[in-house]
Amino acid sequence: MKHTISALVENHSGVLSRISGLFSARGFNIDSLTVGETEDPTVSRMTIVVDGDERTLEQVKKQLNKLIDVITVQDLTKSRFIDRELILIKVGIQAPNDRAQIIEIADTMKADVADLGIDTITVEATGETQKIDNLVELLRQFGIKEIVRTGKIAMSLDPKEKGSKTSKEEEE
Amino acid sequence: MTTKMNGARILIEAFKKEGVGAIFGYPGGQALPLFDALYSSDLKFYLVRHEQAAAHAADGYARVTGKPGVCIATSGPGATNLVTGIATAYMDSIPMVIITGQVKTFMIGNDAFQEADMIGITRPITKHNYLVKDVKDLARTVREAFHIASTGRPGPVLIDLPSDVQLAETEFHYPSEVNIRSYKPTYCGHPGQIRRAVKMISESKKPVIYAGGGVILSGASKELMEFAEKINSPVTMTLLGLGGFPGNHELSLGMLGMHGTGYANHAVQNCDLLIAIGARFDDRVTGKVDEFAPHAKIIHIDIDPSAISKSVQVDIPIVGDVKCVLGEMLKIVHRPHDKEWTNKIVEWKEKHPLHYKTDDHLRPQYVIQQICEATNGDAVIATDVGQHQMWTAQWYKFARPREFLSSGGLGTMGYGFPAGIGAKVGRPGAQVFVISGDGSIQMNIQELATAVVNNIDVKIVILNNSFLGMVRQWQELFYGKRYSHTKMTNPDFVKIAEAYGAVGMRIDKKEEVRPAIEKAMHTKNVVVMEFIVEPEENVYPFVPAGKRLDDMIGSMA
Repeated sequence: MKHTISALVENHSGVLSRISGLFSARGFNIDSLTVGETEDPTVSRMTIVVDGDERTLEQVKKQLNKLIDVITVQDLTKSRFIDRELILIKVGIQAPNDRAQIIEIADTMKADVADLGIDTITVEATGETQKIDNLVELLRQFGIKEIVRTGKIAMSLDPKEKGSKTSKEEEE
Repeated sequence: MTTKMNGARILIEAFKKEGVGAIFGYPGGQALPLFDALYSSDLKFYLVRHEQAAAHAADGYARVTGKPGVCIATSGPGATNLVTGIATAYMDSIPMVIITGQVKTFMIGNDAFQEADMIGITRPITKHNYLVKDVKDLARTVREAFHIASTGRPGPVLIDLPSDVQLAETEFHYPSEVNIRSYKPTYCGHPGQIRRAVKMISESKKPVIYAGGGVILSGASKELMEFAEKINSPVTMTLLGLGGFPGNHELSLGMLGMHGTGYANHAVQNCDLLIAIGARFDDRVTGKVDEFAPHAKIIHIDIDPSAISKSVQVDIPIVGDVKCVLGEMLKIVHRPHDKEWTNKIVEWKEKHPLHYKTDDHLRPQYVIQQICEATNGDAVIATDVGQHQMWTAQWYKFARPREFLSSGGLGTMGYGFPAGIGAKVGRPGAQVFVISGDGSIQMNIQELATAVVNNIDVKIVILNNSFLGMVRQWQELFYGKRYSHTKMTNPDFVKIAEAYGAVGMRIDKKEEVRPAIEKAMHTKNVVVMEFIVEPEENVYPFVPAGKRLDDMIGSMA
């Protein structure tokens, strides 16, 4: 099962390599990983989508917590949360009416046209993974030349939930 | 009033504030300012002959004193030579602070002469590491490094220090407190979990305590003894747990696992409650993991949450410092003393003791027994890795913690001698024996110079069977005696000892063993004792890798 993990980390150089190194050393699979500054400029938030069973996830959280630069770790999958992803899709234009059709699909899907070229259109969209995947499927028929996705960012909707450095055991 | 000083001086002053008693190291280009500062300081510095030995010596110093060991090397090859020693300490949770010189900050990343990315290289083998780019951060960094190394689950912390930062000046303020928002180890166990564990203990009929290195690291031997006696539970120890509970106590089962005693392994496989204390269910302990302690509920006390339920699912986890948690449990724990279980264990111990052939051949186990008797079990023993290590674990009865030094997790050949040097520096009054093999000793034999020059009079025992014995044993049992590259053609160890200014002895008769040991103990010099032992002696009992713990060769079936 896929889990979305949200970690607050110290915002200084080398932290990303500690985390990615941990995942490769322990054989955990990352689907996506995003990093950005938070409301506190000394803290970054990492959103990590990881695939694994409960036991693997428990180890992922514990191993992340063990890193000195990690402030808190939270498995968002356990609470109410929203996630979003940004995608850029460059589509080729082969037939004369492709252009109009692509723009129509973009409109319907609440996506934007980011660039209009002579033989390509670049579509930009944000949203949940399902919406992004649907858009990709609809545009595939025209011949996708390039896709760039950011990977998920996510936010807990629980006002109190901030994650912690303690483990599951201690909460029992 | 504070005066300005350079980074190198700041490091020295910080070491003094931390009470550093010894530094092991080796100089080089990018550590020149540091060594210049050492020149005018009164800190005790030991020059090794290879950087790997500096790391192992710092590790040995830490294991006997409980204080972080400190070592210094230059950038590039000096620093990479430390790596095996750092990894050894990391696997065994030994507190260390490692300083490496680095090329100047503006040269970093340029493939400069003697540049290596030590932060990258040591990231997976340190508890934490730092590259200090600004001298203003140095004092705080050193303070944090000592704090992180010695608290929580201890471990090595590396500080990479560019030579221009060593020379840059600032005012020296040593922070009195450390506050790292993201690092707050849990010391006291959860009271609810402790109560549940105590209830489970009171209901158990056949408990076994499985004690690991955490007991020693946390200084909880006294609490463990009280606890075991109060609940009348036998105690088995991991390799690193030896000495955490007296080996000759009636409740001691000795070591468990691959080369554990038959009665320890049987006790674990038959118990109804396993109390794991500061141990991590290593594969050398559990054997086939899904059939480990099959009838037991498991309580696991460990300061590191990630050690819990990593390989074996436990019933009651307690995250906390072993000393603190045992202290809390002792206040409320109670178990009716019924004799059935302990009688059963006494019976197993009597029927299936550790044994070897007692004839007139010189067998390695006999040498270790004689060392144990001659020293009254009072010596500090450092071992290398292989058969001699397992025989030491089996036949030397460790009475106290911090007197057995061995590379348990990483299994580093070449560890023993430099670790023994560090141990003797840390406890100058102790009789320190290094028990090694003809293979292992040659991995750091150059340290004879360090020991002789500094009058660090350790006694080195080489159990010479002219084989890489443990690998040979596996080849004998699992590869049809195809002894591929395990036969050793050795130098004359006595002459080597003498060339370095140490005393060399060669012993090849059983009756010469005890007098030789006693002579060595009364010699005020480094002594190398080469014992020519039975070449194809095997370590038994033996649970082959991946087999059930009671599926042993050479003991009760």
